[in-house]
Amino acid sequence: MLPIIFIIPIVQLLVLSYTATFEIKNVRFVVVDQDHSSESRKLIDKFSGSAFFTDMGHLPDYKAAENAVQHDDADQIIVIEPDFEKDLVNEHHAQIQLVTNAINGSAASLMNAYAISIINNFNKEILIKKLPLKFKGMPIQLSSSFWYNPELDYITYMVPGILVLLVTIIAMFLSSMNIVKEKEIGTIEQLNVTPITKFEFIAGKLIPFWIIAMIDLLIGLTLARFVFGIVIVGNPFLLLFVTSVYLVLVLGMGLLVSTLTNTMQQAMFISWFFLVIFILMSGLFTPIESMPVWAQQLNAINPLAYFIKINRMIMLKGSGFADFQRDFYILAAYAVLMLGFATLRYRKRA
Amino acid sequence: MSQRETIIEVKDLVKKFGSFTANDRLTFDVYRGEIFGFLGANGAGKTTAMKILSGLSRPTSGKVMVAGIDVSHHPEKVKRKIGYMSQFFSLYNDMTVKENFRFYGGIYGLSAKKIRERTQFYLDKLDMKSYENMLLKNIPLGWKQKLAFSLANIHNPDIIFLDEPTGGVDPITRRQFWELIYEAADQGTTVFVTTHYMDEAEYCERVSIMSEGQIKALGKPKALKEQFGAATMNDVFLKIARNVE
Repeated sequence: MLPIIFIIPIVQLLVLSYTATFEIKNVRFVVVDQDHSSESRKLIDKFSGSAFFTDMGHLPDYKAAENAVQHDDADQIIVIEPDFEKDLVNEHHAQIQLVTNAINGSAASLMNAYAISIINNFNKEILIKKLPLKFKGMPIQLSSSFWYNPELDYITYMVPGILVLLVTIIAMFLSSMNIVKEKEIGTIEQLNVTPITKFEFIAGKLIPFWIIAMIDLLIGLTLARFVFGIVIVGNPFLLLFVTSVYLVLVLGMGLLVSTLTNTMQQAMFISWFFLVIFILMSGLFTPIESMPVWAQQLNAINPLAYFIKINRMIMLKGSGFADFQRDFYILAAYAVLMLGFATLRYRKRA
Repeated sequence: MSQRETIIEVKDLVKKFGSFTANDRLTFDVYRGEIFGFLGANGAGKTTAMKILSGLSRPTSGKVMVAGIDVSHHPEKVKRKIGYMSQFFSLYNDMTVKENFRFYGGIYGLSAKKIRERTQFYLDKLDMKSYENMLLKNIPLGWKQKLAFSLANIHNPDIIFLDEPTGGVDPITRRQFWELIYEAADQGTTVFVTTHYMDEAEYCERVSIMSEGQIKALGKPKALKEQFGAATMNDVFLKIARNVE
């Protein structure tokens, strides 16, 4: 069991950090080029030359292209009408059609945005070529800079959240399975006839798991530093301090589940139910701001949402205690509440 | 018979689960240092009564005093004075013999030195010295039961409750187990034991026989055999059980 407790989080961190990304690197497109001109070829070369696009070949008609998408051999279709070059030269006005597989909506809008930026670029080049004197650039110059994660590196953004996820999973499962396991194998009966106090009992359950989860976090932070090159911008001790309180909360929840259930199966279903909801709503994968209002309000009871926010603030922004103290106090009060319930619910009866 | 100190006093104990009466006005006393056999068919209400006596469950009504403490009001105080061993083996299989001693000794607040002494004492007595660092799951059941008995005794309780302690144990080990029980009783520990083996009932100083939640007979084995005109405790038991049907 002990190796599992330490290996699982490491695997989770390594695998999830690389895979939990919204970047789309490999948009497979097919082309229906009905013009076969040098301009149409130039445009297609722009796509094939991009690191984000992979050319899956040219097809004779739209029907064949549609088939390719249907069979999941392509994500995007670029249709170039006959007379594309002629229209471009004579009328300064030509049309192309862009069709995107939108089964995954957010991926589709990204693919669309990539394609449009390539086409815009192509447009600009034509304008420069045609009107070299008149063209002085776009009327509004946009210059953006991204703070706290200047390269918009997804891993940098995800790792602090995934660290929270893995300590939460370990803490939740160890604690929620534990008391109920003793109920199943019968050792709890022997304990219940001893004068052990409720407080001693809960403390005895809490402390070992707390230490294990803390060690898991330290391993995770070390990997984040040396594998992903993520340096904690804020104070690492502040991070450990918040984690120590957060873990009491998660372990308290797990122990509460364990005192309420009678079999490990029940405990597992209940913990999974809450964990999945908490994880999906936590803002780890999707921004909380884009959730419906009721979901944002529901996050008031989501420990992960608080801690992921705090952890990102400390690790990426270097925030100090004052910046998130309200969230921290909520976590602390929540921890006391959960642990209190767990202690009350533990009955030394048979 | 000389007046002996009463260590367990039960008067009109009633335990109901909804409309079902598991214990129906039980009244009996157990004396200090006695081996008291608590017999009855499955479902007669023995385990329910034992759970009440050991503070695991609350009586619906009636008076239950154990080691001078009212169980209904101070179950946790009673737990300091008693040892308990259940029919289901319930020590920690994933700890070694020594660790189990340390764990339970610690719960009863024994000092580290005292725990070491008691551990050595029992390991010597059970001739299990070479097993002290072995995980409990690797030890045969009969030995485990003897260990469980020793652990229930680690804090020198006034009373030790044994719930079918020899279930599934071979005759030789059972014999050894009863030697441990006699030894504990000789040192003044009261032993309250349930069993389905009628030969074991003969070893008890006094036995009570329960049926349908009530105590149908109580006395020394010899007196009960005379009372029911039976040759063995087995026949006494059958007579009482048959009367029910």
